[in-house]
Amino acid sequence: MSLLEVKDLDVRFAVRGGDLTALRGISFSLDKGERLGLVGESGAGKSVAAFSILNLIARPGYIAAGQILFEGKDLAAMSERELRKIRGNRIAMIFQDPMMTLNPVLTIGTQMVEALKAHRRISTRAARDIALNKLRKVQIPSPEKRLDQYPHELSGGMRQRVIIAIALLLDPEIIIADEPTTALDVTIQAEIMALLLELCEQDNVALMLITHDLGVVSQVTQRMLVMYSGRIIEQGPTREIINDAQHPYTQGLINALPQMGEPGERLFQIPGSMPSLKNVPTGCPFHPRCGFATDQCKRRMPEYVRSGNVDVACYEVSNLIEQEKCMQEVES
Amino acid sequence: MTTATLSRWDRFRESFLWYSFKRDKVAIASFIVLLSMVLSAIFAPLLAPADPYDLAQINIMNSELPPVGLDGSDPAFPLGTDAQGRDLLSTILYGTRVSLLIGFGAVVLQAALGILFGLLAGYLGGRVDSILMRIADVQLSFSTLMVAIIVGAVFKASFGNLMFGEVAIYMLIFIIGVAEWPQIARTVRASVLAEKKKEYVDAAKVMGFRTRRIMFRHILPNTLSPIFVIATVQIANAIISEAALSFLGLGMPETQPSLGSLIKSGFDYIQSGSWWISLIPGLVLVVLVLVINLLGDWLRDVMNPRLYKG
Amino acid sequence: MLAFLVQRISQAVLVMFVISVIAFAIQDGLGDPLQQMVGMSVSQDEREAIREEMGLNDPLVVQYVRFAGNALQGDLGISYFYGKPTMDVILEHLPATLELVIGASLIIIIFSVPIGVFAAIRPQAWLSKFFMGVSTVGISIPVFLTAIVLIQIFSIGVTVDWFPQDAGWGQWLNAALSTEGGLPSYGRGDDLTPLFGTWESGFFSQGGLLHLILPSVSLASIMLPLFIRLIRAEMMEVLQSDYIRYARAKGLSSSRVYFLHALKNTMLPVITVGGVQIGIMVAYTILTETVFQWPGVGLMFLEAITRSDIPLIVAYLMVVGLIFVITNTVVDLIYGLVNPTVKLTGKKA
Repeated sequence: MSLLEVKDLDVRFAVRGGDLTALRGISFSLDKGERLGLVGESGAGKSVAAFSILNLIARPGYIAAGQILFEGKDLAAMSERELRKIRGNRIAMIFQDPMMTLNPVLTIGTQMVEALKAHRRISTRAARDIALNKLRKVQIPSPEKRLDQYPHELSGGMRQRVIIAIALLLDPEIIIADEPTTALDVTIQAEIMALLLELCEQDNVALMLITHDLGVVSQVTQRMLVMYSGRIIEQGPTREIINDAQHPYTQGLINALPQMGEPGERLFQIPGSMPSLKNVPTGCPFHPRCGFATDQCKRRMPEYVRSGNVDVACYEVSNLIEQEKCMQEVES
Repeated sequence: MTTATLSRWDRFRESFLWYSFKRDKVAIASFIVLLSMVLSAIFAPLLAPADPYDLAQINIMNSELPPVGLDGSDPAFPLGTDAQGRDLLSTILYGTRVSLLIGFGAVVLQAALGILFGLLAGYLGGRVDSILMRIADVQLSFSTLMVAIIVGAVFKASFGNLMFGEVAIYMLIFIIGVAEWPQIARTVRASVLAEKKKEYVDAAKVMGFRTRRIMFRHILPNTLSPIFVIATVQIANAIISEAALSFLGLGMPETQPSLGSLIKSGFDYIQSGSWWISLIPGLVLVVLVLVINLLGDWLRDVMNPRLYKG
Repeated sequence: MLAFLVQRISQAVLVMFVISVIAFAIQDGLGDPLQQMVGMSVSQDEREAIREEMGLNDPLVVQYVRFAGNALQGDLGISYFYGKPTMDVILEHLPATLELVIGASLIIIIFSVPIGVFAAIRPQAWLSKFFMGVSTVGISIPVFLTAIVLIQIFSIGVTVDWFPQDAGWGQWLNAALSTEGGLPSYGRGDDLTPLFGTWESGFFSQGGLLHLILPSVSLASIMLPLFIRLIRAEMMEVLQSDYIRYARAKGLSSSRVYFLHALKNTMLPVITVGGVQIGIMVAYTILTETVFQWPGVGLMFLEAITRSDIPLIVAYLMVVGLIFVITNTVVDLIYGLVNPTVKLTGKKA
């Protein structure tokens, strides 16, 4: 059994004039100690997916259907009380912008100690010791001093280290990191990512990494999901997808990477932009931008087909597989 | 009717403003109440059973008659009479007229001052900006009501009671307009600063338009919707300020009453049981201010996309 | 810290200077001390001599410097009506007003925080909608009208006989809608406890407190809706922020999220606005004190206007200006101390 298994998750936003569907039919799993990447443009629903796991979607969003099984128990059906025991304790989160994540009017120490005290019967003294220990682990200089400082007295990189330390406080099974380095200086992005990777490997913590950076995904994760307009369009082992992407959208994303082109050559661009939630096209949401689109694509969302170890939702790919099968039959 | 006005009417009917107005029951109800109050105030001389300014029509024997439905009432005076024997319905109609006139006049004045100073501060910046905004800050921290009371007191002391009574309407418009300009000036300045960054202002400068022309022809039209929202609420504030000043005896005299001075004149008789002289004009005042505030709230929600949340 | 102090205090001094110039202009333009001091019987020559002696023919700047110098020593002239130093008159009336402002502030704090917080946490609850509706109506009711209605209901009393007396339900409804009245609505009463000097307070006796109820409720009525709306709006904005969602993601209890993480951030802007509003409340004391004949500085000021007691008007202006300036400065300082992101240099870090 997987540590975390998401099955057919639908998330909607209740707005005036009907619901908007933000996530549709999301299914994936995460094993103990595994590192999973969630890739897509902004607005694809990556963050919504991340927040829905702990049922933290902001109003008016809500989980409309599906299951989120953590050790076999459905988080989507859990009471707020039971969920609270899991949040921060068994599943921790790292948010995108360290400037906005820490409460500006509370000291680092307060914000660390309260997390420990929310889940363990522990004295403030002992909680501070644990906090100090974790701050050392994330290599913050003079950690004793930091406990009594306010967030604004720390640099962005330091704050994100503090947030990683808070994520590790209660030795969780899973860490969900939502673009943990996007808001940081380019110079320290790699440093923070390396630290996060190292600490997760050390304690065998599963990591769900949400990012739009394919480079990071290929270096850090073992498996990846590609999201487009609220759906998973391709998932499988990271290496296989990066080396031989099946879905035209994933191919476009990979070709758009600077290192893929020749020096001096113009970068590849996927034409058009992702539709907003308000007017998602019928059928495959990618078809208006897709070079392979047929009438079939406009009518119905394709089912997943397996190509190697990768699951893809694309008629072009399934047709190719069919053809290959036919060819093999003819040959034999 | 020309085609131009027709198309303008059509455009209005298709606009978001009209669309959201149709869907908002509170806004519709407020608008109907306000419209009927404004109309009855405008046509007070035609609608009122008596002319409260005409001393010949008043009989002191009719003083302090209660409204119809209570013991001792007279059907000739549906809302009763005040301490001088004036018909309360008529005085309220005329009083609403005075209150609305002052409220509206004061807002026109403060809008003129506020737009002028706000444009100057926002467009010219630098020293002009800091001086004007510092004055605005001091005035606001002192509270506009306090400023109005002080200016009113000074006027009253320098003119004397009789003279003040004669010019009271203009005085009150002036006092409240001067006391409240910072509200609008701040709004205008903020939107000018936002507009200034946009390209069309640079374009106008490059094309060689004069500063004044850029300010009034190019920037001002783009700051109108926040001004409109603020001005609506400010009418309500001005009416309350006028009532407060009149209640303190710094406003309209009893011979030419506004809603505020009616409440004041009735207050002296409330202990003797004649609650209606004070409380019926009070109710009218509250309804008037409330519907304007509700329309202001609605306008703010519709016109300010930042505040417009589902 | 020192730079911050110096900056705020120099600002305060500048504002006080402007106020004193205005006050001086009023005194110079309106007050003719001769009119009050000497009668009609004095000849033109004698008047001129006295004018010269009093320095009324000096250049305006000299006169202003003399005025400001005296003001700094607490000398703001003699009241025409009371015939004693205006400062003494104001100091005698000050405790009554302070009592009123403190009473109203307590009411505002006690009610606005829980109601505002509740309306922000449960915006869809009918109770929240009720509170918000009441505060919209509350904003539209002038303070003196609230005062009059309160007097009618709780002091004079209301007898309702709209429903048939012979039916049980009619009797019950009539009784339920009628009020006894009886709460004092005139002045401070006799049960005042001496504090020091000429200052006394009604806070320590039942009679004094009873007299305080209606006036302070009236005064609070104008600010309470504003504060409820402000706290609700600020709190709702804070609740949208990332750090609140993060606090939830840490598994904290709702009460800790709401009452520590959210409330602390909500109250910072409320403190600033609150300080300014206390200043504005002084203006409303004039109205409240007039309705309740409350012997504070507001009523004194209004009486000074009707009596054309120019020195007292000018002195009131200076004292109230000083109170405004001090509260604003103190609020800024408190804000700087409470908010860790203000490094007391006047700029946000």
